[in-house]
Amino acid sequence: MAAYKIVHYINQFFGGIGGEEMADYKPEVREEVIGPGLALKAGLGGDFEIAATVICGDNYFGENLDKATDTIIEMVKKYQPDVFVAGPAFNAGRYGVACGTICKAVEERLGIPVLSGMYEENPGADMFKQDVILVKTGNSAATMRKAVPKLVGLIKKMAAGEEILGPSIEGYLERGIRVNYFAEERGSERGIRMLVKKIKGEEFETDLPMPKFDRVSPAKAVEDMKAARIAVVTSGGIVPLGNPDHIESSNATKFGEYTIEGMDAMSREDYMTIHGGYDRQFVLENPNLVIPLDVLREKEKNGEIGSLLPYFASTTGTGTATNSAARFGDEIGKKFIEEGVDAVILTST
Amino acid sequence: MRLELGKFVIKDIQFAEESHIENQVLYVNKAEVEAMVLEDDKLKECHLDIARPGEATRITPVKDVIEPRVKVSGGEIFPGVIGKVSPQVGSGRTHALDGCCVVTVGRIVGFQEGVIDMSGPAADYCPFSKTVNLCVVIEPQEGLETHVYERAGRLAGLKTAAYLGELARKLEPDTLEVFETKSVFEQAAQYPDLPKVGYIHMLQSQGLLHDTYYYGVDAKQIVPTFMYPTEIMDGAIVSGNCVAPCDKVTSYHHLHNPVIEDCYRHHGKDINFMGVILTNENVFLADKERHSDMVAKFCQWLELDGVLITEEGYGNPDTDLMMNCRKVERAGTKVCLITDEFPGKDGKSASLADTCEEATALASCGQGNATLKFPAMDKVIGMMDYIESQIGGWAGCVNEDGSFEAELQIIIASTIANGFNKLAARGY
Repeated sequence: MAAYKIVHYINQFFGGIGGEEMADYKPEVREEVIGPGLALKAGLGGDFEIAATVICGDNYFGENLDKATDTIIEMVKKYQPDVFVAGPAFNAGRYGVACGTICKAVEERLGIPVLSGMYEENPGADMFKQDVILVKTGNSAATMRKAVPKLVGLIKKMAAGEEILGPSIEGYLERGIRVNYFAEERGSERGIRMLVKKIKGEEFETDLPMPKFDRVSPAKAVEDMKAARIAVVTSGGIVPLGNPDHIESSNATKFGEYTIEGMDAMSREDYMTIHGGYDRQFVLENPNLVIPLDVLREKEKNGEIGSLLPYFASTTGTGTATNSAARFGDEIGKKFIEEGVDAVILTST
Repeated sequence: MRLELGKFVIKDIQFAEESHIENQVLYVNKAEVEAMVLEDDKLKECHLDIARPGEATRITPVKDVIEPRVKVSGGEIFPGVIGKVSPQVGSGRTHALDGCCVVTVGRIVGFQEGVIDMSGPAADYCPFSKTVNLCVVIEPQEGLETHVYERAGRLAGLKTAAYLGELARKLEPDTLEVFETKSVFEQAAQYPDLPKVGYIHMLQSQGLLHDTYYYGVDAKQIVPTFMYPTEIMDGAIVSGNCVAPCDKVTSYHHLHNPVIEDCYRHHGKDINFMGVILTNENVFLADKERHSDMVAKFCQWLELDGVLITEEGYGNPDTDLMMNCRKVERAGTKVCLITDEFPGKDGKSASLADTCEEATALASCGQGNATLKFPAMDKVIGMMDYIESQIGGWAGCVNEDGSFEAELQIIIASTIANGFNKLAARGY
């Protein structure tokens, strides 16, 4: 009997059901090895068994994401595989997205190691390479033979729980995950060597290719401030005394919402800052320096602004991961839209 | 300018009746040092303790780490702070106690003070897990204002280091190293065929616990300037900051600036090391613009072929790092950046808060958000009270037995952004 079990996911085309005309094919599980699974089986050898193959049409998956995912999860669960493999999808866009989606769901919900493969320009690659290990393939199924050894090597390591090495060694797409290691030389020495090569015009490899930032274009100007509902959001770490939500002083994983209802100004009797990135002393004395409630109330009374939302949102900006910050922004933004907020004052420190 | 740096290997520290150095052991009169520290009426209590590599000892919250040194040929160490400013800074002869450090410890000023473990997994990440440390544990007077407390702690450490350095004044060092940088024209002419390389040293200057002192001047108040690299070896720059612990350029690291040390190692071989351009990291945009302009002007004026740039801290200073990089490259000087990364615990976020397309060469000093399990220790020098709120910790991260989990950020100088360590990060 084989030591390890695999469940393999493929689309209608690789499943031999049909082409575009069969892309609405509903998920189906077969206890047999099909299409690209044959090459995997040959590569994996006797210790591995492909216990089942799940076939699903690309359009069906794309149009019924939640339902298809739930159905397939149930199918996979039954076999309790050691590794779940999807694809490879090569340059087929919808197939790539389906492979990424189902792999991510299987890993999250069933805790099973997952693996897929695709061409680096497949739209699924950018969407899922951080979450799922994607073996780098060519842009067509003709490159399957080259991909098999990489897929097989990773499946074996995943099944045995062995360490997965870096993307260039194992042959998967770089996931954009920054991992520490101890280099042979210290940073200053590596920097000098890199600089000398750069000056000479020789080839060199930076440790960190510059990331691309998600730039947000500014919203349209508020037409009538006198009628606008204004909210305040800060990354300056203002929290009620005692920091009830335990927001971190650096690399915050959460934000808090705190009342300003019935208050004319922020008082140090009620609020403090837990930010670890600036000289807090002045803000501890006067929290209005970060949440300018004193001035905003004046403007509200004078009719310069319509009204203030009765609470503000706050987190620590220092060292906070950009992905966390994006999540905070989405959550706060959605809530504010429901509250009828027209404009937000963002204070940083 | 030429400096002879005599080093004394120190293998252990012991308390004794009389302070002296013998057979590579530093003997310290505990009462005498404690009394000296308590001459400062801002401090209520002081006690000394010793932490050795391999011991199950944790030191926290750590404020600064300093190597004992003394000027033996005229002039004084840490000029402008506790020593007199004199033209001898950076020249003549200096003696250093190699392998031992003074570590200042005490309840936190902010959230930025960090941890040193003398053994266990965290010891791999901290340079001061490998040195014998004389810990100066201080207790401030009640209600002391934080800026005043920070200063008292800073001076206590520097005074102790100068006191210990003094013990080596008349002794013969185990090794003698010589560092020399000539006047600009002479230096350029010495190795006409090698690329002229400079070092842009960005001093942390964001405010309380984010300050640095240059000849005693608060780095917030300097404009970019040019200095001989050897000046730094006499304590021309001291730390007044804690930033995030992992990022802290301690006073020890200023004395042992790795870029300066390694540039001297390459000097005359594949580079012509011309000197140091000093700048800061102020929070005001006007300062950032003015100082990056000036830094680029210096590079062009000195006709540098290349520079290394280091920063202290992360986030806000990343903007200074990138402004310097962009403007210096546009002025015709090639740049390599040295810095650390903060891509979140899962390593999936952006590593830096700012970027520029000119930043094509970067040496990574590791990512500070990765987490580590810190085992319980037999002995704690200082106190564990603040771990959860110190940078790198979080609510509930400490277990009952004193073990805890935290980001590498909490370890002093673990990802220090000047390339002192071998830790680096790569893309997976």
